[in-house]
Amino acid sequence: MAKVTFIEHDGLEQVVDIPTGWTLMQGAVQSGVAGIEGECGGSCACATCHCYVDEALVDSLPPPSETEEEMLDCTASERRSNSRLSCQIRVSDALDGMVVRLPEAQS
Amino acid sequence: MVIVGAGQGGLQVAESLRAEGYDGPITLIGEEASAPYHRPPLSKAILAGTMEEAQLAIRGAEFFERQRIALLTGTRVAAIDRSARHVRLEDGRRLEYRGLALATGARVRRLPVAGDELDGVLGLRSLDDARRIRVALDRAARVVVIGGGYIGLEVAAAARKRGLEVTILEAADRLLARSATPFLAAFYADLHRSQGALVELGAKVVALDGQGGRVTAVRTADGRSHPADLVVVGVGIVPDTALAEGCGLACDGGILVDDSARTDDPAIVAVGDCTARRTGTGTPLRLESVQNAVEQGRSAAAALLGRERPFTAAPWFWSDQYDVKLQIVGLSADHDRMVLRGSPEDRRFSAFYFRRDALVAIDSINRPADHMAGRKLLDHKTMITPEQAADESLPLASLMRPGR
Ligand SMILES: Cc1cc2nc3c(=O)[nH]c(=O)nc-3n(C[C@H](O)[C@H](O)[C@H](O)COP(=O)(O)OP(=O)(O)OC[C@H]3O[C@@H](n4cnc5c(N)ncnc54)[C@H](O)[C@@H]3O)c2cc1C
Ligand code: FES
Repeated sequence: MAKVTFIEHDGLEQVVDIPTGWTLMQGAVQSGVAGIEGECGGSCACATCHCYVDEALVDSLPPPSETEEEMLDCTASERRSNSRLSCQIRVSDALDGMVVRLPEAQS
Repeated sequence: MVIVGAGQGGLQVAESLRAEGYDGPITLIGEEASAPYHRPPLSKAILAGTMEEAQLAIRGAEFFERQRIALLTGTRVAAIDRSARHVRLEDGRRLEYRGLALATGARVRRLPVAGDELDGVLGLRSLDDARRIRVALDRAARVVVIGGGYIGLEVAAAARKRGLEVTILEAADRLLARSATPFLAAFYADLHRSQGALVELGAKVVALDGQGGRVTAVRTADGRSHPADLVVVGVGIVPDTALAEGCGLACDGGILVDDSARTDDPAIVAVGDCTARRTGTGTPLRLESVQNAVEQGRSAAAALLGRERPFTAAPWFWSDQYDVKLQIVGLSADHDRMVLRGSPEDRRFSAFYFRRDALVAIDSINRPADHMAGRKLLDHKTMITPEQAADESLPLASLMRPGR
């Protein structure tokens, strides 16, 4: 279980408890974090779960797969060095306290 | 507002009503026991055992509370009275509506042959179905999949990954006959064979044999018998139009709707797998995809509030089998030319389909960037030539119309 803070583009903050093994996307959408759509349900097929992860943590995460890399090139909002697809990030205790910022638009 | 069917489309209508600023009561009614959940993982991660059921929910309970969406699960709507503007629940209760959305989805098509009711013969549409198939896979050694559509093929892939013997029986002379081009179908036949599945084309099932009430084999018209301890039937779905027909709404292989998801009754919209879109010309267009349910859900909410938000984006769809990700955008059915970018041997390519020199669809295999760029090209009706499409050195995104 990890407590993750999602900050929407307009500054609205939401702290979500996400069970270990779930993805960031699952935790966010089930709690109704509006800035993540997750249309494909986590299949890495839609790129509507784009997020900017904690700068401090980005390097400790398993790197994006080739598929995620390509999808990240096509996000609706600007891709940054800390851009990830939230459906591809599995939550563990190590992510407790993580802060995730959300882009202006997902599609 | 009342929404019948608490699946992908019905939930989207409810959410979009709130997003559009509607503040009144919303009731979302579904006959299944679970809150709305993602169906695509049922034939993928759920069968593979890499995803727990709890992860399937699209929204959690607190979301419904916060958005004041009354979710009635395990509740079936029995009839609609359009003149009195109410729906009647199976338990006799009545619910009045100002606006009504039908999002009743579809049911699996049954096999019209003897033995269809034997134990060990399963279809896949709901979480309950997936649970049954998962238990059966744990015990099975020989699996026969009847029907080479996406769901059948995904189940076959999951069963092969578990090391089970798999036979795919398809009555047509190719896989994916209803939804993909012959080229893509041939790619998938090769893929499944290379993973050790038997793919039998032109295999018309005439009967299922059993012993003690359990299935033991599938018989085909050529007189052969294919032994099986699990049979998964994936021969398509039947749109659930019973309620709509019962109250006299026009249906033609689905509840007929326009691009804004409106039915013939101004107070009623319909979304998702239960619908067929009027196209002006030709047969109504029926799509079975998450994107279709979501986009129609958005259109429908707007329409219920007297606004226009037609769904005109190019249709898209994906499928995961083994380590192959397919992403499709557009409709390739009437193409007259195909070009490739990348190579099928590498299992990384896109097939571009043209009709009268205009791009109409792209099938991407393990090339998500092509798919995403292709969605923009098609949505913006950007002209590209077959030569440009085939030219690997030219990034697709660079072909976008300037200023878009
Ligand atoms: C195994 C599987 C894999 C799939 N994979 C993909 C994929 O990879 N990509 C993709 O794009 N799409 C995929 N799809 C298709 C996609 O899931 C559907 O197109 C989508 O769920 C349609 O949503 P819907 O709201 O129209 O219907 P549904 O999600 O089926 O919801 C309809 C609901 O209405 C309920 N209902 C019906 N009648 C009544 C009534 N009278 N009263 C109350 N409730 C009622 C039903 O029980 C059901 O829960 C897949 C589907 C399945 C089954
Ligand atoms: S949910 Fe679709 S790519 Fe992450």
